[in-house]
Amino acid sequence: MNRLRLWLLAVGGAGLAALLVAACLDLPGFGGRRHPYGDRAVQASLARHTANTISSVNFDQRAYDTLGEMSILFAAVLGCVVLLRQARDEHRDRPEPAEVARPVRRYALLVLPVALVTGLYVVAHGQLSPGGGFQGGVVAATALHLLYLGADYGALERVRPLGVYETSDAVAVCAYLVLGLASVLAGTAFLANTLLPYGTFNTLSSGGTVPLLNAAIGMEVASAVVVLLAHFLDQAVEIEEEQGS
Amino acid sequence: MSDAVIVVVLLLVAACATAAVVQRDPARQALVLSVLGVLLAALFTVLQAPDVGLSQLAVGSALTPLLIMLCVRKIRRRGRPKEDAR
Amino acid sequence: MHILPYLVAAYVFVTGCYGLATSRNLIHAVGCLAVCQSATYVLLLAVGYRDGATAPVFSDIAPGSRPVVDPVVQALTLTDIVVGATVTALLLALVLQIAKRHGTVDPDELRELRG
Repeated sequence: MNRLRLWLLAVGGAGLAALLVAACLDLPGFGGRRHPYGDRAVQASLARHTANTISSVNFDQRAYDTLGEMSILFAAVLGCVVLLRQARDEHRDRPEPAEVARPVRRYALLVLPVALVTGLYVVAHGQLSPGGGFQGGVVAATALHLLYLGADYGALERVRPLGVYETSDAVAVCAYLVLGLASVLAGTAFLANTLLPYGTFNTLSSGGTVPLLNAAIGMEVASAVVVLLAHFLDQAVEIEEEQGS
Repeated sequence: MSDAVIVVVLLLVAACATAAVVQRDPARQALVLSVLGVLLAALFTVLQAPDVGLSQLAVGSALTPLLIMLCVRKIRRRGRPKEDAR
Repeated sequence: MHILPYLVAAYVFVTGCYGLATSRNLIHAVGCLAVCQSATYVLLLAVGYRDGATAPVFSDIAPGSRPVVDPVVQALTLTDIVVGATVTALLLALVLQIAKRHGTVDPDELRELRG
């Protein structure tokens, strides 16, 4: 049985590899000059005064696509929350305060504010420089967890009221939808970037609705990561199964 | 010049991906995955995609390995009797 | 050089699939899936690369002064990475549930349990 399975895997893998190599041979060469979509995206982004073309693609030209991505994110987090809730046959055990080596503690508490501010900066400058809601949100949320390294789990739980983050996750999703609907009410298409003036190129308030959608995504990603990590940490550190179950 | 850098980083990524698959212990695999995350971030940067590199650095080298580690810890703790649990 | 990045992406993908199929531990399988995902990032960005071009960010270069790489594939990859991480988290949560209900994370033992 096992041997048969390995053979099947080898045959399937070889076939897949052959097909992939054949496909690679037919792709346009690496580093070629022809990028019709890219060129048009750059033009559209410049026309709407967004310096970072990638943000323009994500939050303006393909904002509808980002709505889908955001729903996947939201649904995945919701699934984790449901799967990792405390079951009836489990109980919580407070972990004892752990000893933290002094250099680790000092370093973590020193880096924490810097990392947090960096994350927020990356979110805020998404339409200008590399970065945006997706990256900055993850940075800010993981930065918060340096507190777990520097102090202990209890300290982290005190600065992280989970309900607030769960609410802000949902609020951010709603904000994105409301911004989309606002452009419908203004008489254009859903999520079309016509609501706000485009502003001066290369300033914080440029790009029309791009900074707003970007901020909504940043808030959503940050709270989603905090909620996810909170539930995994709960499982790993606090929740114990009842004996004899 | 930049071509040579790209080739070197590509080969490093391939080698590290192999290592991540061959390493059967999930806890060690998480470490290899985090190295893979850093290598991918470097690759994306030389491919002129700083946005994606930043994202990969935050997610691939910190978030995913951390989740895997927490999962491993939970399952190990379950497997052990209560006396020496920690 | 012309197709090397594509071949590396294909190799990483097939390696990840091999790991998925032969895995003895569901957590390890999730890690292998992360490897498969990274192959798609490499492929997408390789398709968008342009020789001698710079990043498509115009805060420090004048528009039109230099060629830029394709921003569309970069935007796709960017969202892919973050969404991929949350899907990994969902899979890990499922693995934890399986471990709780069945007491094992070995796919072969799970099959035997089901009978």
